[in-house]
Amino acid sequence: MSLPAFAADMSLSARAHRVATVAAEFADRVDHVGRFPREAVDAMKAERLIGIQIPAAFGGEGASITEIAEVCSILGQACAASAMVFAMHQIKVSSLVEHGGDSEWHRDFMRELAGRQLLVASATTEGGIGGNMRNSICAIEVEGDTCRLTKDATVISYGAHADAIMVTSRSNEKAAPTDQVMTVFKQGQYSLQKTVDWDTLGMRGTCSDGFLFRGEAPSVQIFPKPFAEIAAQSMLATSHLLWSAVWYGIAADAVLRAQAFVRAAARKAGGTQPPGALRLAEASNLLQLLKAGILSGLRIYADAKADHDQLSSMAFSIAMNNVKLASSETILTIINQAMIICGIMGYKNGTPYSLGRHLRDAHSAQLMISNDRILGNTSTMLLVQKPDTSLLG
Amino acid sequence: MNETIRELLTRVGGLPVAVTELEDGADLYAAGLSSFASVQLMLGLEEAFDIEFPDSLLNRKSFASIAAIEQTVSHILKAREAA
Repeated sequence: MSLPAFAADMSLSARAHRVATVAAEFADRVDHVGRFPREAVDAMKAERLIGIQIPAAFGGEGASITEIAEVCSILGQACAASAMVFAMHQIKVSSLVEHGGDSEWHRDFMRELAGRQLLVASATTEGGIGGNMRNSICAIEVEGDTCRLTKDATVISYGAHADAIMVTSRSNEKAAPTDQVMTVFKQGQYSLQKTVDWDTLGMRGTCSDGFLFRGEAPSVQIFPKPFAEIAAQSMLATSHLLWSAVWYGIAADAVLRAQAFVRAAARKAGGTQPPGALRLAEASNLLQLLKAGILSGLRIYADAKADHDQLSSMAFSIAMNNVKLASSETILTIINQAMIICGIMGYKNGTPYSLGRHLRDAHSAQLMISNDRILGNTSTMLLVQKPDTSLLG
Repeated sequence: MNETIRELLTRVGGLPVAVTELEDGADLYAAGLSSFASVQLMLGLEEAFDIEFPDSLLNRKSFASIAAIEQTVSHILKAREAA
């Protein structure tokens, strides 16, 4: 292979496409039995996509959120569950990269993550907090150099398949529910006892079971910054942007299938416009809006990263919330349009135009952090925030 | 000003601890100030001091402690006097 050909072969997009091929092959089986997309995740590790966000100084590639979003969308077009596992992992890695640089242990963990391609899960949800991850009931107990934590985690996506888990808790026994920290626990430092089964309408392969988490680790594994800061400065934006990129992928594949259906119909119709053609044009319009919204969100994030005050500003939070709201709702409209276009061939499983999995997976988008909760937060902020109404601002 | 801020904080802050026990420099978020309560606090401050917080000051840092709030409000009042 020539050097330019090798470089092209090793580009992020080429590697993502190779993983997507594997993910697509197993997507229906993963969905059908609700199992972890092992083959796709192994392929991510083999293509070394797991550690791309880690800075080059620590053995990664320093990939930006924009580049990672592109990988999410490529994977999302093949298997939404695989793409979501990748996105959720990268959201955890962003906390590590953005907030772990000052701590020696976390720097070492970045090296290890990139070197061994460690898949990181998240335990932020807890029984009794009403879905608000900015509150914790459980508290971490620090004794000497050791910390201990028990958490009734009602959801840990791919928890049983992860190599490490980042767990939130109150910072100590006496702390207020909002005074939280996040701690990295590596496999071997915790036990998981399954309490809730993940048997869902869609996104069945994320295996977001509930567990009783019990961990013990050196206390240096606690992030040195308050979780409130981590949540506001890296998790909010990366979650909304990377999830949206996955959802865009689902919708884009649905439109692709609808277009293939219309094209096939047009060839047979011999000169007359097939009935779905106009709807396809509408769907393509919506898909472009969706894409524009996500791209604008990615640009806002890239700009804000250069200025930490902006990252914690209300204007920024509102912009990220709006990206999430718009993409999670628009994909449902788009996929439903595609379903109407493909008709019974889209409704049936096992045809080249099947859209059942897309539609079911897409329904999770409004619920991953409930849109009602997000609207509530935005409406509170709008009581004081003054919007910038300029087109370019 | 410190008193007005403490009064407002008592009324809308919804903190699990008594405001009188908080030092001026104490981290309000760690003390349990929710984002909803912080917005109520901002609204109360705008009303009490007849000011509007510019967007650039609407961030966690500006409202992180009683001292930070005092500084933020004074900053706006001074800017108005200068204008």
